[in-house]
Amino acid sequence: MTNTYKAFVTAIKGLGLTLRHLFTGNSERKVQPVQAPNYFKELEIGTNTIQYPKQKLPIPEVGRYQLDVVIDDCIVCDLCAKICPVDCIDITSIKATQSYGQTSDGSKKMLYAEKFDIDMAKCLYCGLCTVVCPTECITMTNEYDRSVYQLGDLTYSFSDMSPELVAEKKAEYEQAQAQKLAAKQAAMKAKEGGATS
Amino acid sequence: MNFYIVYILVAVGLFAFAGLFALFGVYAERKVSAFIQDRLGPTETGKFGLLQTLADALKLLQKESIIPAAADKVLFVLAPIIIFVSVYMGFACLPWAPEVIPSDTNLGLYYVFAILAIETLGILMAGWGSNNKYSILGAMRSAAQIISYEIPAGFAIIAVVMVSQTLDLQQIAIQQGTLSAEKVKFLGVWDVTHIGGLLSWNVFKAPHLIVAFVIYFIASLAESNRAPFDIPEAESELVAGFHTEFTGMKFAFVFLAEYSMMFLVSMIAVVLFLGAWNSPLPNIGSVKLADWTTGLVWGIAWTFIKTLLLVGVQMWIRWTLPRLRVDQLMNLCWKVLTPLAFLCMVISGVWRLWVM
Ligand code: SF4
Ligand code: SF4
Repeated sequence: MTNTYKAFVTAIKGLGLTLRHLFTGNSERKVQPVQAPNYFKELEIGTNTIQYPKQKLPIPEVGRYQLDVVIDDCIVCDLCAKICPVDCIDITSIKATQSYGQTSDGSKKMLYAEKFDIDMAKCLYCGLCTVVCPTECITMTNEYDRSVYQLGDLTYSFSDMSPELVAEKKAEYEQAQAQKLAAKQAAMKAKEGGATS
Repeated sequence: MNFYIVYILVAVGLFAFAGLFALFGVYAERKVSAFIQDRLGPTETGKFGLLQTLADALKLLQKESIIPAAADKVLFVLAPIIIFVSVYMGFACLPWAPEVIPSDTNLGLYYVFAILAIETLGILMAGWGSNNKYSILGAMRSAAQIISYEIPAGFAIIAVVMVSQTLDLQQIAIQQGTLSAEKVKFLGVWDVTHIGGLLSWNVFKAPHLIVAFVIYFIASLAESNRAPFDIPEAESELVAGFHTEFTGMKFAFVFLAEYSMMFLVSMIAVVLFLGAWNSPLPNIGSVKLADWTTGLVWGIAWTFIKTLLLVGVQMWIRWTLPRLRVDQLMNLCWKVLTPLAFLCMVISGVWRLWVM
């Protein structure tokens, strides 16, 4: 008997609670960042729905979402590709004949980035690559809303070298190598010649 | 010849009404549930998402109709039709307004109660025909629940019948307003025959009928398989209960039946306890509010308003209370509601004899 009574009392309490919430739907949600004062209190007042593409929650400036590379600052050291646990960074490089520039922090650039691809479909957003980068040129941006129609579009290419440039730099390097080799061989010959005479 | 056309028109009208109400009901349910949970519900299709259920219905129409290989095909196909038709037929003898009643029989209440019981058969057919453990479990639960709850509901209804001395729903309706031929007494003492309004409703004519009303309302929730008595569906335990295997239009019919049933049981409650199509406004001296607000259009409007309010309460309850366990359900039915309803019935007899 007391059970039944209790059940009715709690049922009525519950109904009162839901009735109060029934009328919250007419006040729209204020879109504010989590840091706002009374953020969680405000959630009690109106509806909680964020109408996503139309409304967006403000997120911190330093978000950990999409990767971005400032290729001019990259020394193509390959550290990020090595640390990546899922191997989604794909870098191939061409050696330059001599330093062709400087990054903003003063490192010498000795390698051209022939290819610098990051497959964001595989990325697990661990952020390791951004930690190891010696020039801090690979960073995570606060852009979280990225949807594409083709899976391939999730492979971001950061290298800005045109095929001609790649061929040119390759040829340059090979030429330099060949020159070096020739010089070496000449030197060797000279040495050998000196030894026999 | 002409009246056949009228019959067909009435039947089609009721069917259209059931369909429209289901569309509205599903939309309302989603909105109510959303608001209760501080969400927004459908907003995208049409203004305020009004066309959402229509779009859903169109989608259901296009779905493939699948019959499981091991199912009992005849039962499986017939089940949703029987479930829906039994509820749909129940609408036949409910009074909408003075003189507006699809079929005026003097056994109206009895008929409604009988035909609604057929729904259980449909549910059992669906469960058995699906050849699926969960479906049959759901169906058995439903049968157990509906059969149990028909007893307190029946007693509560008999309590009304004893007070009004008729099974004719239109008669019961008439007795609760200014059109009554009989004397109407508020709480059995104050003659309100010409005052009408709220005061002459059955629940106020004999106060113990308020208890009967609550009992009937709870039992009707169980009979329409609504939460907190939705163990036949129990989507978390039984996937979706007896209609797990149904797809497309067959599923739509089961859904249509559920929403029609909600409206039907609420309307019966309104007719029996809440003054049917009678206005809640009483005559005060020369301000004849009750007389002014009685009539064809008013009657239909009052029926609608009262019934929709009750449907709203059903939804409100669904989104508040958790589902009962089977044993709690049976406890509530047999140990609480049945004795109380029986008591109401006894009081009704005494009331009729000595007070009215
Ligand atoms: S964030 Fe992690 S997974 Fe993604 S590219 Fe960098 S190291 Fe690889
Ligand atoms: S670690 Fe930094 S500098 Fe090195 S290749 Fe990656 S992005 Fe470039």
